[in-house]
Amino acid sequence: MNRLTTLLLAALLTVGLVGPVQAEPKKDFRIAWSIYVGWMPWGHAADAGIVKKWADKYGIGIDVVQINDYVESINQYTAGAFDGCVMTNMDALTIPAAGGVDSTALIVGDFSNGNDGVVLKGATDLKAIKGRKVNLVELSVSHYLLARGLESVGLSERDITVVNTGDADIVAAAAAPEVDAIVTWNPQLAEVKALPGASLVFDSADIPGEIIDLLVVNSATLAANPALGKALTGAWYETLALMAAQDAAGKAAREAMAKASGTDLAGFESQLATTQMFYTPPEAVAFSRDPALLRTMDYVRTFSFAHGLLGEGARSADAVGIAFPGGKTLGDAGNVKLRFDDSYMKMAADGAL
Amino acid sequence: MTRLLNRRPGRAGALVLGVLPLALLAVAYLIGSDARLAANPNDKLLPSLATLVDTTLRLATQPDARSGDVLLWTDTAASLQRLAWGVGVSAVLGFAVGVAMGLVPLVRATLAPLVAVLSMIPPLALLPILFIVLGLGELSKIVLIGFGVAPFLMRDLAQRAAEIPREQLIKAQTLGANTWQIALRVVIPQTLPALVHGLRLTLGPAWLFLIAAEAIAATDGLGYRIFLVRRYMAMDVILPYVAWITLLAYAMDRTLAALARRWFPWVEDHSA
Repeated sequence: MNRLTTLLLAALLTVGLVGPVQAEPKKDFRIAWSIYVGWMPWGHAADAGIVKKWADKYGIGIDVVQINDYVESINQYTAGAFDGCVMTNMDALTIPAAGGVDSTALIVGDFSNGNDGVVLKGATDLKAIKGRKVNLVELSVSHYLLARGLESVGLSERDITVVNTGDADIVAAAAAPEVDAIVTWNPQLAEVKALPGASLVFDSADIPGEIIDLLVVNSATLAANPALGKALTGAWYETLALMAAQDAAGKAAREAMAKASGTDLAGFESQLATTQMFYTPPEAVAFSRDPALLRTMDYVRTFSFAHGLLGEGARSADAVGIAFPGGKTLGDAGNVKLRFDDSYMKMAADGAL
Repeated sequence: MTRLLNRRPGRAGALVLGVLPLALLAVAYLIGSDARLAANPNDKLLPSLATLVDTTLRLATQPDARSGDVLLWTDTAASLQRLAWGVGVSAVLGFAVGVAMGLVPLVRATLAPLVAVLSMIPPLALLPILFIVLGLGELSKIVLIGFGVAPFLMRDLAQRAAEIPREQLIKAQTLGANTWQIALRVVIPQTLPALVHGLRLTLGPAWLFLIAAEAIAATDGLGYRIFLVRRYMAMDVILPYVAWITLLAYAMDRTLAALARRWFPWVEDHSA
């Protein structure tokens, strides 16, 4: 009997741990972020007390948590362990949105403008990739970049072989003699393209505005707690203003971010040079309202569907609906799971936070 | 008075008690899955039983849209091939070196320190080096498994060979046998069962190294698929793959145990 009760208890605990996620009015929130040039401001905003200042202003608590594994942080968010998480536009569509978690892109932080690239050894033209084995993190934005690159020179994925290679190991892999085509992102990209005989043949600056870095929050949580959206947006733009300032405080902030991302000021600024940061809210609002965003998301969802990333239930690229500012949508309007919402960025632009 | 430690379950009782924890886990899973799916029908974390069965059938019977392969079988074939090479080469090396070390003091003096040092290297720490030296292909994956398995087998078999009673070796020598004949007729028949036993113990680590190698760089394999679909949380693929790997590993263990019983009936303990 004793054994049975123990087991029952264990079973109940398991159920409790994996119970349903519910959006309720609450006071404390958790946001996940991981190391990447465009997301370093979150770490600094937390360390410098900027997040706390804004959370206090709206009477809530916000815990900003750094996660060492990017995909794991998105999975944790999707499973309900976090109220928000940083991620790219493609991952936002294919992981939480395709998993049925209604998600809102609260802040459009930047787009990759050269941070992701295709590197070939012994060739300077992307066309030479034909017939090669290409090492990359399969099904990531690298894969998307490669697909867009191949399209631009009239090739398709059938003309190459994709080898899934972990991002932590891609630099070591690229050094192997038989590896001659690599797709990756910074800071690894800088290492890979510095290898002897290696040339950058295509990068995200060739498809500007398509690989976008976002802060995504759970739509139901945001709707029930507008204070969360206001506090996060306020903290973000205060940090970015500090980061962009050409004075001692700005330099100190950039140095802190450089150190936190494991490089020095020069290394961090070279990464910033290939990142199109939206330092002020009006720039981000304009980008969110540009019809080009619809075109980008159309490419992204087509790629995602073709690679099976929209999940089992998806019968077409329309399965998961995407909403944009101004009431425009892509795909199934009855199943909108990813929302680009510029209303909080607009409040920041109007000084209404 | 009956003490708890003296109460033994009957055959049926043991079966019920053995199945009970597994059944409870399954029930806990189903309750959790139901609750999450009620809140979000597209939830990917704990897919329903129907989804699991559907996906498994699709993986096992339908060609993949992109590659045209039936994924479960191509992945299984690729992984089993790597595992067979890795474990096979380790078994041959481990047996030859181990027996030589146990039987011939000169070999032991030469190789024992080296093997001891090699067996202390965590194989996964070598992976980046293996990639650079051997490339990203099959060879580095097989060598990784070898690094994890062979030194253990060498040390285990050296120990087993050294444990053979001295009297037997002396007796064989008085009957005129040379070292080679003693190895062939006295030592090998007694250490072969230990090899099979050692292989059973190393299957767990061998799978671990296989999956680790496939997770880092591959175009197919069971570990590759799990780490690939992890990117978009396809638990409906991951869970059946984990169950399949468990089943394969269990079947291998049972097969080796049965072979040992059949080939070496003179060994008392097969620790079934």
